[in-house]
Amino acid sequence: MSDNPPFTVSSFYKFVSEKRLMAAKCNECGTVLLPPKPMCTKCLSTNLKWIELEGAGKLLSYTVIYIAPEQFQSITPYTVGIVELQNGLRLPGMIRGVDPKEIRVGMDLKIDFDTSISSQWPAWPRYFFRPSKLPRSIIPF
Amino acid sequence: MVNKPLVSIVSAGLSKFGRLDGKYCREIFADAAKEAYDRCPNLNPIKDIEALFVGHMGESYEHQGHTGPTLADWTGLLPKPAVRLESACASSGAALRTGILAILSGFYKVVMVGGVEKMTHRTTAEVTEFLAMASDMPFEQWHGITFPGLYALMATAHMHDYGTTEEQMARVAVKNHHNGTLNPKAHMQKEITVEKAMASKVIAWPLKLYDCSLITDGASCLILTHPDLAKKFTDAPVHVIGSGQASDAIGLYEREELTTLKAARLAGQEAYKMAGVEPKDLDVAEVHDCFTIAEIIAYEDLGFCSSGKGGNLIDEGTTELGGKLPVNPSGGLKSKGHPVGATGTAQAYEIYLQLTGQAEKRQVEEAEIGLSHNVGGSGATANVHIYRRD
Repeated sequence: MSDNPPFTVSSFYKFVSEKRLMAAKCNECGTVLLPPKPMCTKCLSTNLKWIELEGAGKLLSYTVIYIAPEQFQSITPYTVGIVELQNGLRLPGMIRGVDPKEIRVGMDLKIDFDTSISSQWPAWPRYFFRPSKLPRSIIPF
Repeated sequence: MVNKPLVSIVSAGLSKFGRLDGKYCREIFADAAKEAYDRCPNLNPIKDIEALFVGHMGESYEHQGHTGPTLADWTGLLPKPAVRLESACASSGAALRTGILAILSGFYKVVMVGGVEKMTHRTTAEVTEFLAMASDMPFEQWHGITFPGLYALMATAHMHDYGTTEEQMARVAVKNHHNGTLNPKAHMQKEITVEKAMASKVIAWPLKLYDCSLITDGASCLILTHPDLAKKFTDAPVHVIGSGQASDAIGLYEREELTTLKAARLAGQEAYKMAGVEPKDLDVAEVHDCFTIAEIIAYEDLGFCSSGKGGNLIDEGTTELGGKLPVNPSGGLKSKGHPVGATGTAQAYEIYLQLTGQAEKRQVEEAEIGLSHNVGGSGATANVHIYRRD
């Protein structure tokens, strides 16, 4: 994928399929937009560029979902949270590879990617978060 | 000093809330409209009502969109213009505000506003999916974050930042269930205990079944007119003296803070300023307790207490019937039920009853000034209205 696709959510997920976490940055005022938007919501400029984010951050809040819509019922209970990345940017997502009893607000997490694409609309891949301090080899899920 | 009215409520109606098997939105809304018509014999609805603004969230439930004219037809209001407003769970609060704007513009003299939802004929999984549509699709729904899940994220943050407890949340449910036993139109009419609430099954930790509002069928409506015309229709109007509404990011993750709804704070500030009243002036309030944590956050957002102290307010009994500021005497969304599109004007209906002395067993004595607080989704929309008796 070229490095300058339109500043859309679909482009964000195309980058996810390449295991990249990308945001839009305003060339005029420097605001970083995550999710990317076609216009800077601070200064209204459309002079934007894509930047790659590291994808490491701290857990701001979490919940364990027991009652889910049909498409997620086979994996309940599962944990989701909101992660604060660099520059104060926030991203929600599933947290895998950690026992819900061990999860704490403030724990260090990093992004990972599940690039399998479902056939169902909108056929996007998914990113998720996992603890940054455990070796991947012993992580279940 | 209390400011002059924006508009006057001359009548109000509410269907039974609950599982209304065999009835769909059009018939349920007709029940609410009929009560409002019968309550106001000096009004000729067919002649006097000039437009209908109705809140309704989900066409998925009945595979029925284009709700405005459908409801106008079933309530005898054809060929008057009829529009549906969708702002998730704040849909009929938005309809009320739109009705206020319509009267104040001078375009109409009398309008009906209301809301309706029919939910109980669907499975819990289907309702969970439909309600999730009020959240951000690409970053919340797509990652399995349910609607209770969003409020659970707020609850976890509130517990972490302020020490709010699961027991305090359970006490909100106990209070509202008690109030529901005093409201013959409430969906659930049974007392619960803190122990029972705490032991109920987990929906999205830390929220359990009794932290969640009910999947309910129901409808509500109000008839509004210009304050100068109110006495033509009734001797006991209720005046709307403040209206505030604000928007925030659709995604919870994009908000400045997880423990407050900025849109609700802004809507409250706008409404208080317009009304010329302060939180201490309120006698009764109906707040959007879609989850127990939401009522605790509402106390803080509306200035009933400072940030982080909402749990203390419930512990101290301040918001119980008989307390200094009774909140959700109707039973709230928790016990009266939450047919999402109907909720905003159902809150206004309760305040109308309270301020006209018609709330029977749950009447707040000498209630003069009331407030309603209606939130859409996880807080991307909020509207607040303030009322006073004539």
